[in-house]
Amino acid sequence: MQQPKTIIEKIWEKHTVVQEPNKPDLMYIDLHLVHEVTSPQAFEGLRLAGRKVRQPERTYATVDHNVPTIHRSVIRDEVARTQMETLRTNCAEFGIRLADIDHPDQGIVHVIGPQLGLTQPGKTIVCGDSHTSTHGAFGALAFGIGTSEVEHVLATQTLWQSKPKTLNVQIDGTLGTGVTAKDLILAIIGKFGVKFGTGYVLEYTGEAIRNLSMEERMTVCNMSIEAGARAGLISPDETTFEYLRGRRYAPEGPAFEKAVSKWRQLATDEGAAYDHTVHLNASEIEPQVTWGTNPGMCLPISANVPDPALIENKEEKASVEQALAYMGLEPNQQLTSIEIQHVFIGSCTNSRITDLRKAASVIQGKKVHPSVRAMVVPGSFTVKMQAEQEGLDKVFKDAGFEWRDAGCSMCLAMNDDVVPAGERCASTSNRNFEGRQGAGARTHLASPEMAAAAAIEGRFVDVRQVAAPTV
Amino acid sequence: MEPIKTHNGLVYPLPKRNVDTDQIIPKQFLKRIERSGFGQFLFYNWRFDEKDQPRQDFTLNQPKYKGASVLIAGDNFGCGSSREHAPWALLDYGFKVIIAPSFADIFYNNTTKNGILAIKLSEDKVDYLLNQAEINSYILTIDLEKQKVHDELGFEADFDIPAYHKHMLLNGLDEIGITLTYADQITQFEQTYN
Ligand code: SF4
Repeated sequence: MQQPKTIIEKIWEKHTVVQEPNKPDLMYIDLHLVHEVTSPQAFEGLRLAGRKVRQPERTYATVDHNVPTIHRSVIRDEVARTQMETLRTNCAEFGIRLADIDHPDQGIVHVIGPQLGLTQPGKTIVCGDSHTSTHGAFGALAFGIGTSEVEHVLATQTLWQSKPKTLNVQIDGTLGTGVTAKDLILAIIGKFGVKFGTGYVLEYTGEAIRNLSMEERMTVCNMSIEAGARAGLISPDETTFEYLRGRRYAPEGPAFEKAVSKWRQLATDEGAAYDHTVHLNASEIEPQVTWGTNPGMCLPISANVPDPALIENKEEKASVEQALAYMGLEPNQQLTSIEIQHVFIGSCTNSRITDLRKAASVIQGKKVHPSVRAMVVPGSFTVKMQAEQEGLDKVFKDAGFEWRDAGCSMCLAMNDDVVPAGERCASTSNRNFEGRQGAGARTHLASPEMAAAAAIEGRFVDVRQVAAPTV
Repeated sequence: MEPIKTHNGLVYPLPKRNVDTDQIIPKQFLKRIERSGFGQFLFYNWRFDEKDQPRQDFTLNQPKYKGASVLIAGDNFGCGSSREHAPWALLDYGFKVIIAPSFADIFYNNTTKNGILAIKLSEDKVDYLLNQAEINSYILTIDLEKQKVHDELGFEADFDIPAYHKHMLLNGLDEIGITLTYADQITQFEQTYN
């Protein structure tokens, strides 16, 4: 019998073009997603060197990072407009498909890839964006790259990559009622830290992972990068195949069945060895909220903010003190006493249709707290349309939420959607770094349900105590 | 790209862990479509206040670190966003070498591709260097060929670097140019690939 292998090794072997000693391997890239912010310098590089895009049909572009999510016909920010126009010109010149700002397929790049069926098991997928790890939910090897690498992939359809180490993140047990995929990934990072994945590709395994829907799996894989891992994936199974059936760029008819039988072979073999394994039991996880300035600084909603006086390690103590000062929090303060002024439901972590349904179910028939400004930004135009067909937009608007067009928006606040300095935001995005949502802005990461409940109450609450649980 | 063989330069200490690329170059400066000119925005929110005036309490603004070309930082430097604007800003500002106990993966890759040498040294060595640079005007010499870092006071440390990265940095190579010499293999791969 053949040596049992992990999915990571199988994908690696299949994509190795050149293997030479003392060098990374030259890997073939199946799908290259492109957006307006990290690509202009790459296209410019091609042009200067007189190079072409090797495989335009393996490349797909959209605009997401700095598109306005309201009044889109006029883009006031001149530099942002230049960047979008530059992408338009580049795509036309190099023959690349573009879901432009007024295109029905436009949306956050990591939302539209899966939605269009471009993301498929076994593929190598790259994008000039660190949350490319999202696509790993399908059993693809997907990772973020820098602009030089974007240029390299455009020119050669390959990348030099050192074979990563493998890390099994095994989550046994089942998630409790009202505890979501977002809580799961926050709890993983909270427990193992923001760099436990550095140098590894994570594979999420175990009962709790198998039970997740595709959209929940995307939430988990999305934040692999916040654990330091460039990629995180989940072996494909029936859930994956069912999600892909009928999607625009997925194979059709008999070709689909053939693809499925191939995809089935990808899953990690029984008994395959990983370089490292960590365990967590899903039943121990509560809804999570971050209190600090990186995603590892998170705690269950029933907890209190840490007290630096009790921390021995000098550096850790300093970083907690610094985070508390930035966040304007007191040591030992209860998380449920934190009052918020903004709620952002969106980003490639949590802006898909099921995220919106769950948030809507929490706020149904209620009103946003008078001191809170709340906003929903669907992940793609398609998600927005679907939500409107289901009447979710009405639920949000009746409650007092703003209902926006698709884009990254307040996740990184490159457009006009900014949290003012000193104010606090409950956000379903993935990064709570200093200034991420605006200079001086204070971000607390949470699930859509928790963010929705916070919008109603004006402070963080345990969603399990205020709403009929939906999961 | 400029080759790096040896480098001799003034050290700037940044004793922080988990410095993310949002701090290295805040997003409001990502909208440019050029590769150059990002140095003026390096660590912007730390270097400048709301009125865009230099903050006196941020050490990089102190005259003694003017002209620094070696950055020493805490663990997990360059985490977060994949933006290559971070190494562009560091390089444009004048940093050629960065030393830290560890780097985030994407950032590490991005440094090499832009001719910046990122060196991992153990936590205690980094602490020593941070200390030196906080007290003195401290010069460090980095010899990439020999994979050594040393100062004039007798400190010496070896470092590891993947052979491929070393080769690229020593020769200032354009990676795409190298890869295109494998064009036949890529074509062959594509023909048999399904
Ligand atoms: S939604 Fe946020 S994290 Fe996701 S791609 Fe956009 S900016 Fe990056």
